[in-house]
Amino acid sequence: MSLLSVRDLCVKFAMRDNTVTALNQISFDLAKGERLGIVGESGAGKSITGFALMNLLSRPGFVDSGNILFQGDDIAQMSDAQMRRIRGNRMAMIFQDPMVTLNPVLTIGQQMVETLMAHRKLSKSEAEQIAIVKLREVYIPSPAERLKQYPHELSGGMRQRIIIAIALLLDPQLIIADEPTTALDVTIQADIMELLLELCETNKVGLILITHDLGVVSQMTERTLVMYAGRIIEAGRTREIINDPQHPYTQGLINALPQQTAPGQRLKQIPGNMPSLTAIPSGCPFAPRCEYVQDHCRTDAPETVKYTHVEVACHEVNRLHSDKAEEMTR
Amino acid sequence: MFAYLVKRVFQAIAVMFVISLIGFAIQDNLGDPLRELVGQSVSEEVRQELRDELGLNDSFVTQYLRFAGNALQGDLGTSYFFKEPALDVILKKLPATMELVFGATIIIIGLSIPVGVYTAIYPNTILSRLVMGISIIGISVPVFLTAILMIFVFSVEYGWFPSYGRGDLVHVFGPWETNFATVDGWMHIMLPSIALASIMLPLFVRLIRAEMMEVLQSEYVKYAKAKGIRPWRIYFVHALKNTLLPVITVGGVQIGTMVAYTILTETVFQWPGMGFMFLEAVNRVDTPLIVAYLIVVGFIFVVTNTIVDLIYGLVNPTVNLARMGA
Repeated sequence: MSLLSVRDLCVKFAMRDNTVTALNQISFDLAKGERLGIVGESGAGKSITGFALMNLLSRPGFVDSGNILFQGDDIAQMSDAQMRRIRGNRMAMIFQDPMVTLNPVLTIGQQMVETLMAHRKLSKSEAEQIAIVKLREVYIPSPAERLKQYPHELSGGMRQRIIIAIALLLDPQLIIADEPTTALDVTIQADIMELLLELCETNKVGLILITHDLGVVSQMTERTLVMYAGRIIEAGRTREIINDPQHPYTQGLINALPQQTAPGQRLKQIPGNMPSLTAIPSGCPFAPRCEYVQDHCRTDAPETVKYTHVEVACHEVNRLHSDKAEEMTR
Repeated sequence: MFAYLVKRVFQAIAVMFVISLIGFAIQDNLGDPLRELVGQSVSEEVRQELRDELGLNDSFVTQYLRFAGNALQGDLGTSYFFKEPALDVILKKLPATMELVFGATIIIIGLSIPVGVYTAIYPNTILSRLVMGISIIGISVPVFLTAILMIFVFSVEYGWFPSYGRGDLVHVFGPWETNFATVDGWMHIMLPSIALASIMLPLFVRLIRAEMMEVLQSEYVKYAKAKGIRPWRIYFVHALKNTLLPVITVGGVQIGTMVAYTILTETVFQWPGMGFMFLEAVNRVDTPLIVAYLIVVGFIFVVTNTIVDLIYGLVNPTVNLARMGA
């Protein structure tokens, strides 16, 4: 049985007189200890997916339909009290900006101890001992002294390590990391990612890594979902998606990487912008920006089909492939 | 910490200097002290002689320095009406006023925090809307009107509470007699405290509500939820502590302002405090007493603000008092 199984998840936002669909029929699975990357542009619905899994969508967002089965329990149907016992305990989350994630008026120790005591019957000193062990695991020097410090006394990289330590406090099965290094210095980004990877591997923790950085995804994850306008448009093994992308959008993303362009040349951008959620075109949402677009792309929404080794939502994937084959033979 | 304290004390001294200057300028320009002292039958020559004797013909600076020197020794002049040192008159009235302000402060703190937190967590309930509506009325209605209405309803119509005076008092020490030791004293302080609190209470409810709503939107509150922290702990530990930081600063200023509002409340309730005394002093053109009142109230204001700033530094870990002293 998989650790997490998301089926036809739809998330909507209630506006003044209508609703806007933010996530459209999202389905994916995560095996125990597996690492999954979710990539896409800003506004594609990556973070909303993460928060929906924690049942932490802030108003006016709500889960409209679908199931989120976590170890067999449906999170989408749970009461707040049931959900509270899962959050931070069996499923933890790492937020984007460590500078604003920790509470400024509580010490590191208070924020770690309260997390342990919210889920387990422990004395304060027992909880502190566990906190020190976890801080040591994320390579924080002199952890006992850190417990007495306030967040503002620590650097951004240090704070993110502490947040990772808090995520590991109760030995969860799943960690959701929402762009965990975007707000950090480039030199620290690699350290944090390496640490996260190491800890997930040694503790056999499942990871959902939400990012817009394809390089990070290729280093960190085994499988990847590519999201566009609230849909999954391509899903499969990370290596295959990076090396042989099928969807024109994924191809565009990979071609846009600086490594794909010779120095001095303009980067290969995907023309146009992602549609706003209030004006998603009927048919394929990527059609207005797609260079392979056909008439039926603009009217019919593409089904997700299995193509070679990935699942892809594109009408033209067969033709694309034959074009490519032709190119090769020529 | 010590350096910061010294810095604050110097700032307080600077403020007191300005207040004393204003106070003295009022004394210098408000009426003729000779008229109050000698009456009409004295000839102009004798008046001039007396002026010279009293130093009233000296330059402004000389007169101010004399005034300030006396003030530093606790001599703020002699009340024309009471024929006693003005400071003694005020210190006798001070406990009554401070007890009133204390009562109002307790009401404000006791009500504004729970009500503000409730209306922030549940902004759309009927109760919250009702509270916000009433608070608008509370802010808009002047305190003397609230006070008179309360006397009319609770003293005249229902007769639940006495309408004037302090009732039975118990002597504590010096000039301090307390209302809080007898049932009668409690009954007497009830209406004036509520009336005095009625101006500040709505302001604090709205302030706490607005701050709390902002804090509830913050990342660290969302993160606390993601850690599975129980809701009451999120509200009262994570959110409330951050909410109260700006409220403490405003609160310090408002307690000082409340001392000034006692003039109206004390007058309506015939409360024998220094606010009531001040209004009488104005009616009698008792200039030394007016000036002494200004200086004492200014002093209370400066002291409360200094204390509040120190408390803020102790409560907020991101404020480093040691570094601020530099």
